[in-house]
Amino acid sequence: MKQALDLYGTLLRVAIAGNIQYRAAGMVWMLGMVIEPVIYLVVWSAVADSRGESVAGYDARDFAAYYLTFFVLHHLTFTWIMEVFQYRVQQGSLSFELLRPIHPIYADIADNVAYKLVMLVVMIPAAVVIALAFEPRFQPVGWSLALLPIAVVLAFFTRFFLEWGLAMSAFWTTRTTAVNRTYYSIYLFLSGRAAPIALLPAWLSGVAEHLPFYAMIGFPVELALGKLSPERALSGLGVQLVWTLFALGFVAMVWRRAVRRFSAVGG
Amino acid sequence: MAAPEPNADAPAIRVRALSKTFDVPVRAAGLRSALTSIVKRKTRAVEAVREVSLEVAAGEIVGFLGPNGAGKTTTLKMLAGLLHPSAGQAHVLGFVPQDRQKAFLRQITLVMGQRNQLLWDIPVEDSFERNRAIYRIAPADYRRTVDELSDLLDLGELLDKPVRNLSLGERMKCEVAAALLHTPRILFLDEPTIGLDVTMQRRIREFVADYNRRTGASVLLTSHYMADVEALCKRVVVIHHGRILYDGALSELVQRFASHKTLNLELEEGDEGAGTDLSRYGEVVSSGAGRASLRIPKAETPATTARLLSELPVKDLTVEDPPIEEVIERVFSAEAE
Repeated sequence: MKQALDLYGTLLRVAIAGNIQYRAAGMVWMLGMVIEPVIYLVVWSAVADSRGESVAGYDARDFAAYYLTFFVLHHLTFTWIMEVFQYRVQQGSLSFELLRPIHPIYADIADNVAYKLVMLVVMIPAAVVIALAFEPRFQPVGWSLALLPIAVVLAFFTRFFLEWGLAMSAFWTTRTTAVNRTYYSIYLFLSGRAAPIALLPAWLSGVAEHLPFYAMIGFPVELALGKLSPERALSGLGVQLVWTLFALGFVAMVWRRAVRRFSAVGG
Repeated sequence: MAAPEPNADAPAIRVRALSKTFDVPVRAAGLRSALTSIVKRKTRAVEAVREVSLEVAAGEIVGFLGPNGAGKTTTLKMLAGLLHPSAGQAHVLGFVPQDRQKAFLRQITLVMGQRNQLLWDIPVEDSFERNRAIYRIAPADYRRTVDELSDLLDLGELLDKPVRNLSLGERMKCEVAAALLHTPRILFLDEPTIGLDVTMQRRIREFVADYNRRTGASVLLTSHYMADVEALCKRVVVIHHGRILYDGALSELVQRFASHKTLNLELEEGDEGAGTDLSRYGEVVSSGAGRASLRIPKAETPATTARLLSELPVKDLTVEDPPIEEVIERVFSAEAE
C-alpha cells in the first residue's frame, strides 16, 4: 500500500512537472476547449431566441448553464490518449513501457490528472468569463449535486478505459486517424456535446441514454443541472457503472491481444 | 506467479534453437497489384533469427556482431521479452522472457542507442525519480546508486537539466544511468555508443566494464564499433542472416578466420627497395619512402618472412593480424560463398 502510494505520488509529481513545461501548448488546447462549447451555446441560444420559446425545455440561459457545466465537466473527464497512442507504437517508446514492471496505463492516468490540475489555473477564470458573458440560469438540486462526484468519476473511467482500448487499434492499423474520426463523430452526436440529447428525436435519445457516450458527459451535466428525476439519475449511474466495467474488461482484453501482436510483429 | 530462483551455477541466459519469423506484406508496384492486394493480401515470411542457441554465464560479457539486419536486435528483443519467438526456447535468469513477469523485468535492462526512455521536457533527475518509484527502489539504495552513477559517469551538472537541453553524449550517459538505477543483473545493450565521439564511447565502455566487475551482471552487447567489442568482450557471437556463424573467444576468431597477415617492412636507408619488385613476396598494400606493407597468406608467413630477411636489407619487420573489421567481413563473405 505504501509503495503504491509512493508510485502514484511520484508519477503524479513528475507528470505535473512535465505539464508545467508544456503549459503553453496546454493553454492553446484550453482555448479550443473554451471555444467549442461557446459555439454550441451561441448557436442554440440563437435558435431558442428566434423561436421566442424554449427548445426541448432549454431557453438561452438554460443553454448557457448547460454548456458552462459541460465545459467544466468535460475538462474533468476528457482524455487525449487516442491521439497519441499511435506515436508510441510507431516510435517505439512503447517498447520501453513494456520493459517496465508496471502497466503503462498508470502513468497515463497520472498524466491526465496532472494536466487537469495544472490547467485549473486557466479553467476557472475561463469559466467565470463564460458565466459573466452568458448569464446561465442554475437551479441546483441538493441530492442531485451530491451524486455528481460519483457520476464524474464513473464518466472519467468509462471514457478513459474505452478510449485506451480503442487507441490500441494502432497495433493493427497505421491509419488510426480514421478510427478516431469515426469514434468522435458518434461521440459528438450521441454524448450531449453538440446538443443536449433531449433535442434528439425521442427514439434516438432513448437509445443514446443507454450508450457510453451519454454516460461520459451528457449524463453528469444533466445531473449537475438538476434536470433528472431520481429514477433517471439512478438508472444513469447504473448505466455508467455497467459501461465502466465493460470498458475495463475491454481494455484488459485488447491489451493482452495487442501485446501479443506487438511481440509478434516487432516494434 | 512464483518467481523462479535460478541456482548459482545455472547460466544467466540459456537459448535453444531460438527462431523468429516475421510475416512481411509484399505487393508489386502498380494499380493492378494494389487492387489485387485488397482481396488477397500476400505476405512473405522473413526469417530474422534462425535456430540460435547459446548460453551466457553470470558475469560474462558477450559481444554480438553482425551487419545491419543480421538479427542482433531481434534476438535481444526476444531475450528482453519484447518479442515472442516463433520457435525455440529462451530462459533468462530462469524466466521465460515473453511472460514478462514483474520479477523478471525488475532484473533486466535494455539500452537502445537510437531510442530514449528519458522524458524529454523534464529534468533528468525527475525521470530517475520516476524509475525509482516504478522499480520500487528503496530510498537509501536509490540515493547511493544515483551518487555512484553520477560519480562514474560525471552526471553532476546534468541531473537538473531538462533532457532536451543535453548533447547526444550527455543524454546517452543519462540514459545508461537511468537504465541501471534498479541494478539489473542482465544488461542488453543495443548499440549503446552509436553516434558518440571517441572520448564518450570510451567513457561508456569503461563504465559498462566497471558495472560488470562490481555487480557481476551479465552483459549482451551489440555494437558497430569494434573498439567497444575489443575492450569489453572476451567472447563474441557472430550472427549473419539470423544464424550464428561463430561463437567463441575474440582472439580465436582472428586465428580462425584471418587468412592473411600483414607484414610491415622498413628497409635500410640508401637502399629503399628501388628496383626490387616486392610483389614477388606478396600483395603490396602500400609502399614508399623505405616502407612497405605486404599482405601474405597466413600459411606462407614464416617462409616469406625468412626470404625477405635474407634477400633484402631489412631494418625492421613486424607481422600483424589484420584489423578485426576485416576478419569479420571475411566471416560474412565466407558464409555467402
